[in-house]
Order: sequence, then structure tokens, then C-alpha cells
Amino acid sequence: MFSGYDFDVIQRSLGYLFMEGMVFTLTLTALAMTGGIIFGTLLAMMRLSAFKPLSALAGGYVNLMRSVPLLLVIFWFFFLVPYIGAWVTGSNQPVKVGAWMSAVITFTMFEAAYYCEIMRAGIQSIARGQVWSGYALGLNYWQTMGHIVLPQAFRNMIPVLLTQTIILFQDTSLVYVISATDFLGAAVKVANRDYRLVEMYTFVAVVYFIVSYSLSLLVKRLQDKVAIIR
Amino acid sequence: MGYNWHWRVLFETEPGGTGSYLHYLIVGLGWTLATALAAWVLALAIGSIVGTVRTTRITWLVRLGNLYVEIFRNVPLIVQMFLWFFVVPELLPTALGDWVKQMPPPWGSYLPAVMCLAIFTSVRVAEQVRAGINSLPRGQRMAGIANGLTETQAYRYVILPQAFRIILPPLTSEFMNVIKNSSVALTIGLLELTGRARAMQEFSFRVFEAFTAATVIYLLTNLIVVLAMRALEKKVRVPGLIAASGAVQAGH
Repeated sequence: MFSGYDFDVIQRSLGYLFMEGMVFTLTLTALAMTGGIIFGTLLAMMRLSAFKPLSALAGGYVNLMRSVPLLLVIFWFFFLVPYIGAWVTGSNQPVKVGAWMSAVITFTMFEAAYYCEIMRAGIQSIARGQVWSGYALGLNYWQTMGHIVLPQAFRNMIPVLLTQTIILFQDTSLVYVISATDFLGAAVKVANRDYRLVEMYTFVAVVYFIVSYSLSLLVKRLQDKVAIIR
Repeated sequence: MGYNWHWRVLFETEPGGTGSYLHYLIVGLGWTLATALAAWVLALAIGSIVGTVRTTRITWLVRLGNLYVEIFRNVPLIVQMFLWFFVVPELLPTALGDWVKQMPPPWGSYLPAVMCLAIFTSVRVAEQVRAGINSLPRGQRMAGIANGLTETQAYRYVILPQAFRIILPPLTSEFMNVIKNSSVALTIGLLELTGRARAMQEFSFRVFEAFTAATVIYLLTNLIVVLAMRALEKKVRVPGLIAASGAVQAGH
């Protein structure tokens, strides 16, 4: 089964795969996670707002993002971002945006919808009395949120947020469809150049498995550590 | 924003000559559903078995189930798609591998796509089934055994009927996930809805019309699934239990 298996092709391309591909994947994951959690938290606060139009707007955005496939969203943003760029800068030609920028924007916007639902559950898990005592102490909405509710909500949700990030890490491989050189994209390029598809795809699967599995073990340990004993 | 909409493109004939672009997209929806439904049936069967097995006390079976879940949960869907399409036919016995490789399109993409989505989704179903079983009070199993049922009978008549009714809502969202995830099959050449929207965009240069149409079709499909499942949930809800919404979960 493994006769004629060319392990050498993997060794030859290790530098390219990790220094270009994996760096792309990890940077994209980190940026989209940071942006996604910030935007997602804001969306969650909007969704829980008593001001109906605001919560409807956030709810509509989240449900839209969650109802269409990620691949379609990637295509959407890949073609849409140049027009938005033109609109922002006021030029009348679509602005040229590379696969990298497009990917960062797409994943931030897309993941925000998922992080939003997690943060919403986190905020809702906080006892109402916490908010009231904040107001009773004379804090305003932003102070109550920033100093009392969000820190606790965040802490409660850390394991789920990290699990979502592992999924994000895996999903970034879909940027292959806009020809970005992420870890998978790099492997596909080597595979097609040297005609070594079996070796490269197996190797990619093994690497993704090792990274995701180790991270999930880490999350499990963290879960026991941050659990607030009630 | 300097984009001229041209909605009539939907009624123009696509280059393949099979009909209008709209018809082309609807056929794509057909392939999306055909892929998702076939994968869903398999995923439900495999996932139920794996999930149930992981709640038993047969240690080696539990370990095997855990291994299965961890492997297919920690590899990205698109990589699994490539493995089923490019790698598996090479690892099969030569005659069988050649037969798979020579299947006429779209079956050559359809079969690996269904297999991939089925296994990928079965892991998530297995997790739900296990969570559902574990959410039942231990007394249910004990009462079953005390009444003279065997372990298998306790599962068949006491535990599983309750567990499945409890996990119906999360299963609904898994079903919608498999519909969305089937779009990844476009990377191995299956012309499902997203793939056809991309193709339409390439033929007609009407980018946003194509993607808007596909988005609307996905939204309508979701709506129908949600309404149908809500009716089913109402029908099979366990009386006396608050509808299980389940803990918040990471997803995609």
C-alpha cells in the first residue's frame, strides 16, 4: 500500500509548506479570531439590546451568515470587497484586493456571527443581579458591561470560544478556492507540480490532525481550570 | 457603488444549453440536496451506532469510538474531501480503484462527496447522540435492568427513544450543516448550488446576481427545513420536559 510512496517530496517542501503555508494559516486564524471575537461581542451586545431595530439588525446579520455556506461567503467577499474598497476610498474603479486581505475580512465577518452566539450565551449566563448592582453603584452601561458582565461572560465561555477557534483554524483551509497559499494551498501546489497527490494530502491531513487534536486537549484541560465552582 | 444590476440574466440561456441560468441553479440545488440527504442518512446511521457505543461499558468499543470521533473531527472537511477523491481510490485494490476513477461525471465526484460528508457528519451526530444519552438520569437504565430487560433491550426500549427525542433540535442544525457543507464538494468537481453559482458568474460575468440568487435559494431551503423540523419537534417532544435547547456549541 505504501510501496512507491515518496516521502522525499514532503521533506523537500517542508520549508515552503510551513514557512509560507502554515504561517499564512496561523496568522489568518489569529487575526480572524481577534477581530471575530471583538466584532462578535459587539454584535452580541446589539442582539441583547432593548432597542429593537438594533437587535433586529444584529440578529439578521448573524442568521444570514449562519444560513449560507462558508464557501459562498468566501466568494461573496472576494468579489464584494473591491467594490466596498472603492466606495470607502471614493474611487470609481473597484479597488484591487489580494486573496490575503479578502480572506482576513471574510473570516472576521463570518466568524463574528458564530462568536456572537457564544458571547450572547455567555452574557445571558450572568445573573441579572450583577447588572443591577452595577447600575446601583452608579456605573453606566459601558462600565457595567466592561467591568462586570463581559469579564465573567468571557471567562465562562473561554472553552467554547477556543473550540470555535479550532474550527476556524480548520475552516481557513477553504481559502484554497480563492487560490491563496495557506497550508493546504501550498500542499496542493507542490502536489500538482510533482504529481504527488497521495503523499501530500495524507501529510496535510496528519498535520492538521496533530495541531487540532493537541489544541482540543489543551482546551479540555483549560475547561477544568477555569470552571467556576458554584 | 458603480455596479449595474442585470437581473434578467437569470432567464438567459446558460452556455450548456440546458435552459435558463435560473434553471441551472435550481438543478444545482437538486444536487446539493441529493448529496446532503444521502450523506445525512448514512451519517445518522453511523453516528447513532458510534454515539451509543461510546456510552456503554465495553472499554475497547468506547476507545474505538473515541478514536473514530477524534480522527474525523480534527481534519478539515476540504482535506477529507481530497482524501476521499484523490487518495482513497489509490489505496483500494487496483481493479476497484480504477472502477471508481472511471466513473462518469458527476458520479465520480458524487460518491466521494457523499462518503466524505457522511463520515464527517456522523462524528457530529455521534457527539449529539452520546450527549443525549448521558443527559438522561442514570435511573432510567437501572429501572430498565431492574425490570428484567437486558442491556440491549434497555437501550432499545428505554434509553434511545428518549435520547433521540431530546436531541432532535441539535440534529436539525446538524442537518442544515450538512446542506451547507455539501458546497465543499465543488472542490472535487461536483456542480452543486455554490459550484453552479460560481460557474454562472464565470460564464455571464454577472457576479452579484449569481451569488445573490444562490444566497436566496439557500435561505429558502433553510426556512423550509426549519419549519418542517419545528413541526416534527412539536410532534415528538417528550411530555413534561422543557424543550432541550442544549448547551451552546461551537460550529460552522
